Amino acid sequence: MKHETIETNAGLLIALTLVVISIGGLVEIVPLFYIDDTVEEVEGVRPYTPLELRGRDLYVREGCYTCHSQMIRPFRDEMLRYGHYSLAAESMYDHPFQWGSKRTGPDLARVGGKYSNDWHVRHLIDPRAVVPESIMPGYPWLARRDLRYDDIERRMRALRIAGVPYSLTEEEFAANVERFGEETARQLDITRARENLEAQARRGNYDGDPSRITEMDAMVAYLQMLGTLVDFTRYDEGYFVEFR
Amino acid sequence: MNEPGHEQQSAPGKPGEVETTGHVWDGDLREYNNPLPRWWLWSFYATVVFSLIYWLLYPAWPIAGTYTKGVAWINYEVEGEPQRSHWNSRALLLRDMQTGDAAVRQREFLQVIAEADHDTVLSDTDMLAFVNSYARGIFGDFCAACHQTGGAGIIGLYPNLADDNWHWGGTIQAIEQTITRGRMGYMPPYRETFDDQQADAVAAYVLSLAGHEGGDPEQVSLGGAIFQGYEGGCYACHGREGLGLKSQGAPNLTNDIWQNIDVTGAQSHAERQALVRDLILRGVQREMPAFGDRLSPAEIRVLATYVHQLGGGL
Ligand code: HEC
Ligand code: HEC
Ligand code: HEC
Repeated sequence: MKHETIETNAGLLIALTLVVISIGGLVEIVPLFYIDDTVEEVEGVRPYTPLELRGRDLYVREGCYTCHSQMIRPFRDEMLRYGHYSLAAESMYDHPFQWGSKRTGPDLARVGGKYSNDWHVRHLIDPRAVVPESIMPGYPWLARRDLRYDDIERRMRALRIAGVPYSLTEEEFAANVERFGEETARQLDITRARENLEAQARRGNYDGDPSRITEMDAMVAYLQMLGTLVDFTRYDEGYFVEFR
Repeated sequence: MNEPGHEQQSAPGKPGEVETTGHVWDGDLREYNNPLPRWWLWSFYATVVFSLIYWLLYPAWPIAGTYTKGVAWINYEVEGEPQRSHWNSRALLLRDMQTGDAAVRQREFLQVIAEADHDTVLSDTDMLAFVNSYARGIFGDFCAACHQTGGAGIIGLYPNLADDNWHWGGTIQAIEQTITRGRMGYMPPYRETFDDQQADAVAAYVLSLAGHEGGDPEQVSLGGAIFQGYEGGCYACHGREGLGLKSQGAPNLTNDIWQNIDVTGAQSHAERQALVRDLILRGVQREMPAFGDRLSPAEIRVLATYVHQLGGGL
């Protein structure tokens, strides 16, 4: 085809331009749907419990991701500071994932268990009360507002459509028992979502106020489980290299 | 609109005139032909050559369920066995951790410190310099959010680590245990147990233990009886003399060093008494998280040595 034919035919020019610029994207993205060894086979990764799921939604609502990444890269300095590098498997149930690359604050991929619940509550209400140098904004309303969870089933159903194994039917529940064990499977049962959420909030008492379930309960429950699902002592150093 | 016409491609004749492509629109609209600068064109070809070499060396093209892995290899070890993998960032990290200059030097230092006894580390200037620079980093990453950058803590929330007053013990071994297993400091609330008069009395006694003059002698002796008796039972944790009990994390009450209330900052005896009384009524519950899963034993040794040195003491 001659240069001139394309140049003098606007429709053809647009079509061919689209073809050319989509090649780059297709080559990068499409193979990921077919290459089967990008997601590591590890024990322990499970979808969020209903309370953690609400916490994650609040994390997204408040825009925490604008300052915090959840992706520890495989570099020595990052391992020393944050712990084992993040695995693809660890965010396989995240829609959307919270990897990010903007780090005004530290990476949060393994913040679970690093601090006490009490610290998180104080820090989220007023970061400078515990970290005088902090430039993080306060989120005091999380402690004041009751958590809304009358729509928790709908949130879980939506994720189920996206492929997260929350169960609705007996068969799905049985499959989850097989895959995650009885206790976890019960947490993933959409029909029990409300009682599970209430029970976890009562048991955990994350915000220090057992009389009600606040948004703070959900947020702290979420933060305290981040990066804690995989037991890295069970895998030798070379294992995760096999998935690259 | 006129169909584009054709002309002979024109070469510049006079200086300042530019070559055209020969396309003509609307009768007189011509297109300049400005070839890419040579340096640009050759750089472009160079990037093409670069990518060919890159594809050959590194993981690149997807094919069916897998991808071309490239011919560049990385050697590393797993449990002493040599392993080889195609080039990728995870294998690169493993090699860097195992044979990288900085990592090896750091590991050697950590190992020496982990194996040396505590007194040797404290008296060896080289080891101490390493401990201090390494620990300052990890203290900032893992501890400073609670104990603050210099270790001074926050009264009522997180204890001061930079003094020589320890609840659980200030030896390197005791601090290692604190870091590895975490601690739960607990004193029961006495809201249900004491009436106002009793609470005031015990507070007066506690202040007298710490050497604060000015308490009502009658209150002090009543308070003493409650402290030492069945009603208060304070002695069970704080000891008969009020010297504390490290196994409970119960502080020495006689040294006038206060972690939970700012007694020394208070203006009057009445204010001091109110602070102590309120604390007894509400009790204390504080949690120090466990770091045994997060930090290696060698790192914990380094941190414990650093923390011990901040204020010294046992
Ligand atoms: C303007 C940027 C900004 C935003 C938005 C922000 N943070 Fe932060 N965050 C920081 C900075 C800076 C720090 C480090 C100082 C500190 O600890 O406060 C931090 C620290 C933290 C830490 C402690 C991490 C560690 O390992 O020490 C947690 C947990 C945290 N943020 C959670 C959140 C959550 C949850 C939200 C959303 C509700 C949020 N942040 C929103 C900037 C931000
Ligand atoms: C979430 C907040 C928090 C973090 C993070 C934290 N601590 Fe603590 N730490 C505490 C609290 C609260 C106590 C008091 C426990 C008690 O009541 O006895 C404590 C107690 C201690 C003690 C015992 C003090 C004594 O008087 O015996 C040591 C030592 C200590 N911490 C060291 C560390 C080190 C080292 C780190 C970092 C690896 C660290 N802490 C991280 C909250 C924290
Ligand atoms: C079960 C053990 C226990 C009993 C019983 C107990 N305490 Fe305590 N007490 C503690 C512990 C542990 C702490 C330190 C808590 C912390 O710092 O996290 C403490 C702290 C204190 C403090 C604060 C010291 C400071 O540095 O701020 C005072 C004052 C005190 N106790 C007085 C009393 C009195 C008076 C009684 C009896 C009425 C009593 N305690 C009974 C365990 C106990």
